[in-house]
Amino acid sequence: MAITLTDKAAERVRKFIAQRGKGLGLRLGVRTSGCSGLAYTLEFVDELGDDDTTFDSNGVTVIVDAKSYAMLDGTVLDYAREGLNEGFKFTNPNAKETCGCGESFKV
Amino acid sequence: MALLQIAEPGLSAAPHQHRLAVGIDLGTTNSLVATVQSAMSVVLNDEDGRALLPSVVRYLPDGTTYVGYPAQAMQSADPHNTIVSVKRFMGRGVKDIPDAERMPYQFVDAPGMVQLKTVAGVKSPVEVSAEILRVLRERAEHALGGELVGAVITVPAYFDDAQRQATKDAARLAGLNVLRLLNEPTAAAVAYGLDNAAEGVYAVFDLGGGTFDISILKLSKGVFEVLATNGDSALGGDDFDQRVFCWILEQAKLPPLGPHDSRTLLTKAREAKEWLTEHPEANITALLDCGMAVDLTLTSTTFAEITQHLVSKTLQPTRKALRDAGLGPEEVKGVVMVGGSTRMPNIQKAVGDYFGQEPLNNLDPDKVVALGAAIQANVLAGNRGEDDWLLLDVIPLSLGIETMGGLVEKIIPRNSTIPVARAQEFTTYKDGQTAMSMHVVQGERELVAECRSLAKFELRGIPPMVAGAARVRVTFQVDADGLLSVTAREKSTGVETTVAVKPSYGLSDEEITRMLTESREHAKDDMAARMLRENQVEARRLLDAVQAALDEDGSLLDDRERAAIGQLMDALRAVTETGDSPTIKQALEALNRGTESFAARRMDRSVQKALSGHKLSELEVGEG
Repeated sequence: MAITLTDKAAERVRKFIAQRGKGLGLRLGVRTSGCSGLAYTLEFVDELGDDDTTFDSNGVTVIVDAKSYAMLDGTVLDYAREGLNEGFKFTNPNAKETCGCGESFKV
Repeated sequence: MALLQIAEPGLSAAPHQHRLAVGIDLGTTNSLVATVQSAMSVVLNDEDGRALLPSVVRYLPDGTTYVGYPAQAMQSADPHNTIVSVKRFMGRGVKDIPDAERMPYQFVDAPGMVQLKTVAGVKSPVEVSAEILRVLRERAEHALGGELVGAVITVPAYFDDAQRQATKDAARLAGLNVLRLLNEPTAAAVAYGLDNAAEGVYAVFDLGGGTFDISILKLSKGVFEVLATNGDSALGGDDFDQRVFCWILEQAKLPPLGPHDSRTLLTKAREAKEWLTEHPEANITALLDCGMAVDLTLTSTTFAEITQHLVSKTLQPTRKALRDAGLGPEEVKGVVMVGGSTRMPNIQKAVGDYFGQEPLNNLDPDKVVALGAAIQANVLAGNRGEDDWLLLDVIPLSLGIETMGGLVEKIIPRNSTIPVARAQEFTTYKDGQTAMSMHVVQGERELVAECRSLAKFELRGIPPMVAGAARVRVTFQVDADGLLSVTAREKSTGVETTVAVKPSYGLSDEEITRMLTESREHAKDDMAARMLRENQVEARRLLDAVQAALDEDGSLLDDRERAAIGQLMDALRAVTETGDSPTIKQALEALNRGTESFAARRMDRSVQKALSGHKLSELEVGEG
């Protein structure tokens, strides 16, 4: 398994990194907090950590730390539009329940 | 499922703690709202994909208010109640408005600021502007999916204190938290990234629909200073349209026209002007109500000739502004073009020739001010890394609030640059709690007792709810002068209390150093103390909750079960005041487990209660 980006998500990430002018890739992560236990994070990456794993998906370097990877393996990241709102969407097979707003989840 | 944006390394916001901030260009003719998403400044469009919101507000007798395009469409049909260019009235008295008699409005001379009589009552320019800002706020909240932490609103560099205050008041009325007002030319310069560029002098050439402004800015140490401004409040793209319109009349030898024909030709004139931006010639054809036909070709050369005097009218104020700043055109490092009318090639050329360099024009000149304001708002809301900060004043000690158990929740961390605003949500601790007392503290320690107390106030009027259901948003804002204002607002009712303090008052450098050293020395003890207090608070909360449940539904338990719960409660009570964190935690978990089946039975009973007396057909199954 791995972590993959859809074509649309990859295209956006490439554009954002180009616009930002620097960055090794996109970091997906998980951290505690939120109303249902865990929350996703999405960040630009300027340097790699010791326990980072990297993937290449659709031409984008995806970076994830070991701890987060355990909870994100198999995740597909998409870019979606909901009304006026646009952004990235996690589809994570490990998530058992999510809170109403979808910002946090449990495994 | 919520949609996420990419954050800078290490700056992911916690869930429900979005630091959504926008930049707003509150313009005379049009207004825009922009934000930074995934490191990119973007203008937010309305549902129909339009970026511009015409700064027009129309009032109807029944109190309905239209803002933007629908209001603009009725401008000639209902001129008295359709307010255009309200920005010209902000913070002004009747005497300050030179052409008041020629305007269709009924002015009311009120102390301080002129007011306008409409069918919906007397409106102040602040209220009218607030309507525009409200629409933009709603657009942004809709597009970003959450409440805004704040906004940066742009104002002309020449706005005085009264005009700036009026703009702030309008924002407040529209429910916006103003992070700061930003001069329009500075915003344009920020959009071009000039704040990270070489130090020096820059010119911002802003030719809009009806106004012209030239500003000379000096950038030093990352801060822009306005050296001089000049302009012409009655010169803009509309004058170029008018000039083309007159040319059509002359060329086609038309007699005086009726209002409808005039409007048609004026529109044709504007279209021709816009066409010439990218083409060498424009065809103007129209069939008029008076029976005459127009079929002309306007070349860009002719256009440049007939509008030459208008172009030179922009260069006069430019020369004056440079002279006021004591500079020559060759000393200007860069020229930023703002306003839709700067798209005209002859303007581009005239400005380029005058300054002896190509002007910066690769950003949309209609949007550049809003884009820059959004970048500034993003910085002020705390969404950018440390090294990206403009060099401004910093907060020497963290500012926070006391929470249950005498603990400090830091809201603004030390070393944040000011001005800054941060918000966090808190909730009630007890069922039916109707007031919260807020204790604002300063310092790095975990316990309130070891921090410096700044202010205490109470938020009253919270509607009675179960513990944890109320949502109280506490906003800390430190303005550019270091003044802290703390606002607590209960979200369902909107009740709100504010207090303002000067955190640096009576604080010496030695004292700050002492507080910082102590916090480092006690870091470990403080964390342990914090853990203990947190567990104690949780223990007391659980004991209260179980006791309340026993009082209400004790009949669901037999004596043996009741005694068992009683024992667990006694055990927890005993360790709460004396014990250490792990023992309290153990007793807490024991009580939690011991009351699981009791809780389940209570749930069944309350479901039964809710359902009894209802027919099955009355009950609808909702989709979670």
